Amino acid sequence: MYNEKVINEFRNPRNVGEIENYDAIGTVGNEVCGDIMQITLKIEDGIIKDAKFKTFGCTAAVASSSMATSMIIGKTIEEAKKITNSDVIEALGGLPAQKIHCSVLAEEAIGLAIEDYEKKKAENK
Amino acid sequence: MIYLDHAATTPLDKEVLNEMLPFFSEDFGNANSQHTYGQKAASAVIKAREEIAGCINAKPSEIYFTSGGTEADNWALKGVALAHKDKGRHIITSKIEHSAIYASCKQLETLGFEVTYLDVDSEGFVSSDTLKNAIKDDTILVSIMFANNEIGTIEPIKELCAVAHERGVLFHTDAVQAAGSLKLDVKDLGVDLMSISSHKFYGPKGVGALYIRNGVKIEKLISGGEQERSKRGGTTNVPGVVGMAKALVKACAQIDENAKYVSSLRDRFVSAVESKIEMIKYNGPRHDRLPNNASFSFRFIEGESILFSLDLRGVCASSGSACSSGSLEPSRTLMAIGVPVGTAHGTIRFSFGKHNTVEEVDKTVEILADEVNRLRQMSPLFKQDKEKKEYV
Repeated sequence: MYNEKVINEFRNPRNVGEIENYDAIGTVGNEVCGDIMQITLKIEDGIIKDAKFKTFGCTAAVASSSMATSMIIGKTIEEAKKITNSDVIEALGGLPAQKIHCSVLAEEAIGLAIEDYEKKKAENK
Repeated sequence: MIYLDHAATTPLDKEVLNEMLPFFSEDFGNANSQHTYGQKAASAVIKAREEIAGCINAKPSEIYFTSGGTEADNWALKGVALAHKDKGRHIITSKIEHSAIYASCKQLETLGFEVTYLDVDSEGFVSSDTLKNAIKDDTILVSIMFANNEIGTIEPIKELCAVAHERGVLFHTDAVQAAGSLKLDVKDLGVDLMSISSHKFYGPKGVGALYIRNGVKIEKLISGGEQERSKRGGTTNVPGVVGMAKALVKACAQIDENAKYVSSLRDRFVSAVESKIEMIKYNGPRHDRLPNNASFSFRFIEGESILFSLDLRGVCASSGSACSSGSLEPSRTLMAIGVPVGTAHGTIRFSFGKHNTVEEVDKTVEILADEVNRLRQMSPLFKQDKEKKEYV
């Protein structure tokens, strides 16, 4: 069902956890649907210095979270905004059709975290 | 690999395989042919029918071979509904039936039948009073499963059947999970129809049977030749029915010792899981339960990722909800017994078999505790410091 890359990301996920004193947080999904993804970010000078996730969900949801957080670390906010679920799927070497929505959650969680950061920044001005 | 999914299917017993083998090759005859080859096959089918009838205290003329449990269930419901439609159009079943029954009922609804889906209690039991109150003047059939495939609840079939018969209503039971594990005596139970499936008791896949009490009117589902006393067309699956008979005879001869052994493994597993893993819910009853079944909901984590984690470490179990099959609909059974949707998502069924060992049980508990902990560390819902009782 899953390829080696997906299995590896699931077995050895990168960036698990919650950043202390994070600059931004994004949470999507709910328990009833069976998927929740929470992403926290540390941002300095417009660059994502660190990203961590906590995920309640299936194998594909965990693998997507791991891959998506790894992809945005070191990127500028503008670059991170451009990362789509297709990019996450490609990096994972593909996902089964019924699991595509898991990668969408990763994109949405990152989007919400960045929105959260920009909102806070605007408020502090 | 540690196989703990015997409710899905069982490995074919070697003795059963040997019994079947000649009927694939040298004794290949069509049981309906008049020549020597045909007669040899026909004798084997007669013997198989007698043996199966003997195991459930039926007459050979009351055993009808099918392609499996699903066909037997479909036939029982649709066949009885069509044969009795002039008498009434109301059918009663429960909310926790296998999809073969549930989907047949849904189809019958589109054909003008009315179906009542009975509530069950928090352990999955259907009560006699609930059934009594649901029977109407135009009720033609009650179908309640003998034992539930997800949570193992053994229904009080004899009692429920008596309630239906008091009002002159036919009674069918889907005994697919029970056959081979529990004693089934159709005369003692009083049931009019009963479905069984061979691959649940170490027999081959693709073969099952419907017991139809002599005198019960039923329409055929599969039209064709004169097989099964003209009630079910199609060339008889000779190796299949030979294998099913051998498997059932063997299972029935060892039924008490197997039940005792398998339930001892299950009980060891359940108490170890309950002592080693926090924030879990054991689904289903602790009495009147299939000897092989254990169902747990692990809070804060999702079933597919648990299953896959176990599989990667050599343990094969089954998801308690349908999420793993790509649908996000949680299991009807878990919803009916009142498991919250979020909790239902983290449900795993373990079903033990006669080849499992104590070592396998202990190893599974160790791996399970490890993987549940690993996934919980990743879950945004899991907070170590919260009160246990809040989540179960």
